[in-house]
Amino acid sequence: MKKISLTCVECPLGCDITVELDGERVVSVAGNTCPRGEKYAKAEVVCPKRVLTTTVRLENGKMLPVKTNQPIEKSLTFNAMQRVSKVTVASPIKIGDVIVKDLYEGIDLVACANSD
Amino acid sequence: MKNYDIVIIGGGPAGLAAAVSAYDNGVKSILILERDECLGGILNQCIHNGFGLTRFKESMTGPEYAYKFIEEVQKRGIEVSLNTTVLSLTKDKVVTAINSQEGVTLIKAKAVILAMGCRERSRGALNVAGARVAGIYSAGTAQKYVNVKGYLPGKDVVILGSGDIGLIMARRMTLEGAKVHAVCEIMPHSSGLKRNIVQCLNDFDIPLYLSHTITRIDGDKRVTGVEISAVDSDKKPIKGSEKYIKCDTVLFSVGLIPENELSKEAGIRLSPKTKGAEVYQNRETDVSGIFACGNVLQVHDLVDFVSEESELAGKSASEYVLNGEAEKNAINCIAGANLSYVLPQRIDKNAGGSVTLFFRTSGVFKNCKITVQDGQKTLLEIKKRVAVPGEMERVNLTEDKIKSIVGELTVGLEEGV
Repeated sequence: MKKISLTCVECPLGCDITVELDGERVVSVAGNTCPRGEKYAKAEVVCPKRVLTTTVRLENGKMLPVKTNQPIEKSLTFNAMQRVSKVTVASPIKIGDVIVKDLYEGIDLVACANSD
Repeated sequence: MKNYDIVIIGGGPAGLAAAVSAYDNGVKSILILERDECLGGILNQCIHNGFGLTRFKESMTGPEYAYKFIEEVQKRGIEVSLNTTVLSLTKDKVVTAINSQEGVTLIKAKAVILAMGCRERSRGALNVAGARVAGIYSAGTAQKYVNVKGYLPGKDVVILGSGDIGLIMARRMTLEGAKVHAVCEIMPHSSGLKRNIVQCLNDFDIPLYLSHTITRIDGDKRVTGVEISAVDSDKKPIKGSEKYIKCDTVLFSVGLIPENELSKEAGIRLSPKTKGAEVYQNRETDVSGIFACGNVLQVHDLVDFVSEESELAGKSASEYVLNGEAEKNAINCIAGANLSYVLPQRIDKNAGGSVTLFFRTSGVFKNCKITVQDGQKTLLEIKKRVAVPGEMERVNLTEDKIKSIVGELTVGLEEGV
């Protein structure tokens, strides 16, 4: 049995969570305040994931904030940055518009703001 | 001279929430003055997520959070003047503003809401020794360069201060291809949120040097390196602990100060502790009809709390416009042992309703007790497992308790309980 200590990143509380692991199997999660923390901890010990937030360039030269609409595997972060850095989009863009469909299977890159 | 019922100075999260709330409480003649080319304030450059969890129960980016409120302002048809800088404000609530379309305009308001936000402390405020060369930015300036202008201001970075903006920028610069060599924090603990230490530093193996500071910046035209040193318990650099880091960029993330130049000019009394106005529980300053909310009043940890406070100020301003000035029966509210400040600084007993007191502790305390006292009499005691200066605390006082107060209110923290 292995014990892993984590700090939850789901919200600003930053709970100190302890996860008990038996191989790949999560035996217990303690220290979290809410269900989000439990979910985070279970995922974090097996395959850590993060929502990626960055920008893409609009054709008019301005920057558009974007994010992945679901968390992506942490190990893919720099791969994703490289792919996103090549993207240029044309106005008009509405908040929530898909900028890159299936950046990773089932995960889209979406706009966080209107383009003008 | 133009006339409005309520003029709001600042179109960031505070101004937007105050405008919507004032409108919904019955005042329709509202003008928001914003000096930037768009609404949303600092949220526009805060492209990371984690906003809105308290208020909307979802994790949003800064621009998404701002948009929620911009939409509400637009739906109500609230008037906005963009690219407009306020030059002065008087006690009689006359605002002088300037923009390139109308030149200088005078605007007379029945009530004014101050929502100007805060500014970053700069290198100058810290007196860091060394060359005054290119490559030195506040973390927020670097954030604007990267996220709004699309320009990476450096490749090898050292960050002084572990405030949240510094941590966020450590990650952001790393993602964009820069190498962040160190984050130095003069205190033995980080002033940023724990989650940001994890997801901005640990995720990218960026070292955090606690009890360290920059003791010299080198460079000719551009930064070429910094010397960092460990500090003792008095924050004095320890000789022999110096370490040299080659870099081309230094970011400062060393605190925020409410921007109150206009408030000072209007003769509004400011608190030396918060650097914001002293207010009653409805967020009215000592100048009748001028209200303040958001980071211009007290620097908040979360934008969700800025919105909450600003809605209160918007409601209060609308009541002032609709009902006129109310006669107050004010008592002082003072920060006692181990607290750096309490807000509101004054409580109007005539106002009715409960009052939430906001405060920060002056240090890290474990197993402590928050006490609210009316002279010698204890009104309220709340036990806390942990209290840290980085997290704003609050306690609620019921209307009955407020009514019972005869002297001055003191909020304090007792250790070891």
